[in-house]
Amino acid sequence: MDKAKRSRWLVALSLLLSSSALYADWTVNMRKGVTEISEKVYDLHMIIFGVCVVIGILVFGAMIVSMLMHRKSLGVEPATFHENHKLEFIWTIIPIVILLVMAVPATQTLNAMYDAGNAEIDIEVRGYQWKWQYTYLNDDPTQEVKFMSSLLTPQDEIYNKAAKREHYLLDVDNELVIPVDTRVRFLVTAEDVIHSWWVPDFAIKRDAIPGFVHEAWTVAKKTGIYRGQCAELCGKDHGFMPVVVRVVEKDEYNTWLAEKQAEAAAVYEIVGKEWTQDELMAEGEAVYNRVCAACHQANGQGLPPAFPSLVGSPLITGPIEGHLDIVLNGKAGTAMQAFGAQLNAAEIAAVVTYERNAWGNNRGDSIQPREVNEMMAGQ
Amino acid sequence: MSAVIEEHHHDDHHHGPAKGIMRWVLTTNHKDIGTLYLWFSFAMFLLGGTFALVIRAELFQPGLQIVHPEFFNQMTTMHGLVMVFGAVMPAFVGLANWLIPMQIGAPDMALPRMNNYSFWILPFAFGMLALTLFSEAGAPNFGWTFYAPLSTEYAPPSVTYFIFAVHLMGISSIMGSINVIVTILNMRTPGMTLMQMPLFVWTWLITAYLLIAVMPVLAGVVTMMLMDIHFGTAFFSAGGGGDPVLFQHVFWFFGHPEVYIMILPAFGVVSAIIPTFARKKLFGYASMVYASASIAFLSFIVWAHHMFTVGMPLSGELYFMYATMLIAVPTGVKVFNWVATMWQGAMTFETPMLFAIAFVILFTIGGFSGLMLAIAPADFQYHDTYFVVAHFHYVLVPGSVFSIMAAVYYWIPKWTGNMYDETLGKTHFWLSFVGINITFFPQHFIGLAGMPRRIPDYALQFADYNMISSIGAFIFGFSQLLFLFIVIKTIRGGKPATAQVWDGAHGLEWTVPSPAPYHTFTTPEGVNLKEAHG
Repeated sequence: MDKAKRSRWLVALSLLLSSSALYADWTVNMRKGVTEISEKVYDLHMIIFGVCVVIGILVFGAMIVSMLMHRKSLGVEPATFHENHKLEFIWTIIPIVILLVMAVPATQTLNAMYDAGNAEIDIEVRGYQWKWQYTYLNDDPTQEVKFMSSLLTPQDEIYNKAAKREHYLLDVDNELVIPVDTRVRFLVTAEDVIHSWWVPDFAIKRDAIPGFVHEAWTVAKKTGIYRGQCAELCGKDHGFMPVVVRVVEKDEYNTWLAEKQAEAAAVYEIVGKEWTQDELMAEGEAVYNRVCAACHQANGQGLPPAFPSLVGSPLITGPIEGHLDIVLNGKAGTAMQAFGAQLNAAEIAAVVTYERNAWGNNRGDSIQPREVNEMMAGQ
Repeated sequence: MSAVIEEHHHDDHHHGPAKGIMRWVLTTNHKDIGTLYLWFSFAMFLLGGTFALVIRAELFQPGLQIVHPEFFNQMTTMHGLVMVFGAVMPAFVGLANWLIPMQIGAPDMALPRMNNYSFWILPFAFGMLALTLFSEAGAPNFGWTFYAPLSTEYAPPSVTYFIFAVHLMGISSIMGSINVIVTILNMRTPGMTLMQMPLFVWTWLITAYLLIAVMPVLAGVVTMMLMDIHFGTAFFSAGGGGDPVLFQHVFWFFGHPEVYIMILPAFGVVSAIIPTFARKKLFGYASMVYASASIAFLSFIVWAHHMFTVGMPLSGELYFMYATMLIAVPTGVKVFNWVATMWQGAMTFETPMLFAIAFVILFTIGGFSGLMLAIAPADFQYHDTYFVVAHFHYVLVPGSVFSIMAAVYYWIPKWTGNMYDETLGKTHFWLSFVGINITFFPQHFIGLAGMPRRIPDYALQFADYNMISSIGAFIFGFSQLLFLFIVIKTIRGGKPATAQVWDGAHGLEWTVPSPAPYHTFTTPEGVNLKEAHG
């Protein structure tokens, strides 16, 4: 290898090492976390680890001594013993005693983890392929704060076209916000496949199972941002659905929540009111041009065969429920996406109404946002 | 040996091997079938290892460099399936075929034609599974544990081929186990009691019962999947009144005994090798038998410790935690017995002994992390992280796989009549030993630090250990080519082996010449039963 080539290799190697050394984190142990439970779990982990280390030293120590001293090359004669009931009894009993002692704190901690009552805040955590939805449950539906939380890391960083920033893969657009020193209950479920909602600093890992709700709870003792990831294989982007929780002071939480509730109330009002045909058509045209026109074209003619025409198509001439279903849920095997999670009910009602009445379709029917919501809830 | 074959040439019912490829296709000879199983499993070991290296290459650095997430998931799935069902299990069946008849003084397996069938099903099963990689939507991508509904409603169409392949593997395993049980219970040489059998025979007898008990459960769960996918049932879909968690209960009712299916025969191998090279009888033979049986029993009642985070009721969590912790007791007895066997022996460290000692140490490390995982509250942090990956690879690779390699080095002189090259053998051992620890030890750390398993890309704080782990994986992977070379070299020649081979070895297989004649123990007389086990 000539000198120039070698130095190129050295540069490449040092770049490789420095790029990882930049963020070098030689953490070897579990986090202690910021809740009473996570600290108890950490203690349990350290106790059982210590037990294993002690037993390991005894067993491996005996093996090493034996390997050094009891070798044929030293001219030793093998002993002839092959059983010793007393010894065998002892090394059966001692592990049982150790395990019994271990079982006590483990049982206590588990008991505490399962006591999910008396929560001040209830938050529904819903796993989707591949994002989380958080809903701050509220008896008053106008006050219900609900949002999606998905990965913020750009594709360029993932595909090595841009430098990876500090919280690579652990950043989301909308963090879950909870107050410090408050008992929060999480109701964990999923929409499609099984996910698992994991916040290491709270020692919470709950599988999110479609059709079932399981609870977990926490009282965070320190403000800060706590990051975790989906822990159950859930398909293609399983590695790209982080969990980020921001724990803030109670006042800050209340301000944040009030803001979010005001936004929710505004949306609720838009969705809940009775829309006139003209209002729906006007809003529908705007949404159509923003979202649908790229494929189906502004004149509704589409670009067949990939993007079918909407003018006089069976979709339009058929019942409105079928039309709505395609817009909400997409069409498998085609480029038609599911817009149910991307647009609000008012936008969906408007665009469906618009498509049925624009470009000479003139079906004369319409759908209200309220009905869209009912259909989505019924799914 | 030639004299034996000569004599049989005159007898139409007892002949030597046929010529050409048809010898292997039609053979009903336990030694030939054992050889077929071992070569098949080695081929699968290389295939599954290649998948593992794709995974480790992608994880060498953060970011996506080599494969897309979709293909990465296919690799983790196929790696697990091929290694569990294609490499480890058939290797032990191969060893059982070669050794059980010779260790109990039987002329062959009890059901030789079925023995042939149970082998020849496997290449078709794995051929079908591997070919799904070339299908349009790709191979199965839902992990080797194939949790529903990811493996049902959300699965690629190749899932149906996967289900059929699993059925074939199950049929093969069940036929193989029936053969083992019938052979051991009926064909022991006259006078050999159960408690005189070598431990390898004992552990395989127990393993065979486990297989018969749980392979139908696996068949059941994939059939329920098939029904859900194609026939409109909803066993695992909440939308139709089913329960996705039911899948996990049924799967792990198979899956946990399956773990012991892959380790019990390894216990038997190590219990044969350590006494030989320590030149001392196995310590606590009876307690070894009882411990194996206890482990097998416990394996049926601990399955849900794989599911501590699914939201079981508190009483369920507590029960499965206590029951799981209990397994440490019989497992501990076994480890203590092996150490006591070494104690005050006169040890030498040939390659099989090196692998066996490494087995005891590294399997015990895997056992320790297993004990940690049993503590349910702590499992909430460990579950589905690299800590679990480290745990089960420690019990499966330096556990099961090392024991298989130890067995090959230990018995290959008997199989081929030639000694292997000791220097190369030791080189292979040290490369494997170092490689495996570099690969899997750092995974404990990244798991505790919070890296989930089955992800194609990771946060930056996990970068260093992942890089180290990948380097180790490549060292370990490529060392296995040396193993292939050593085995071929030994088959082709080498220092002739004596019948005894190892001066401290006990057991009936060492009373026949090396290489073992095509037919051994054709008459039940004249077997010296003294110390049939080590």
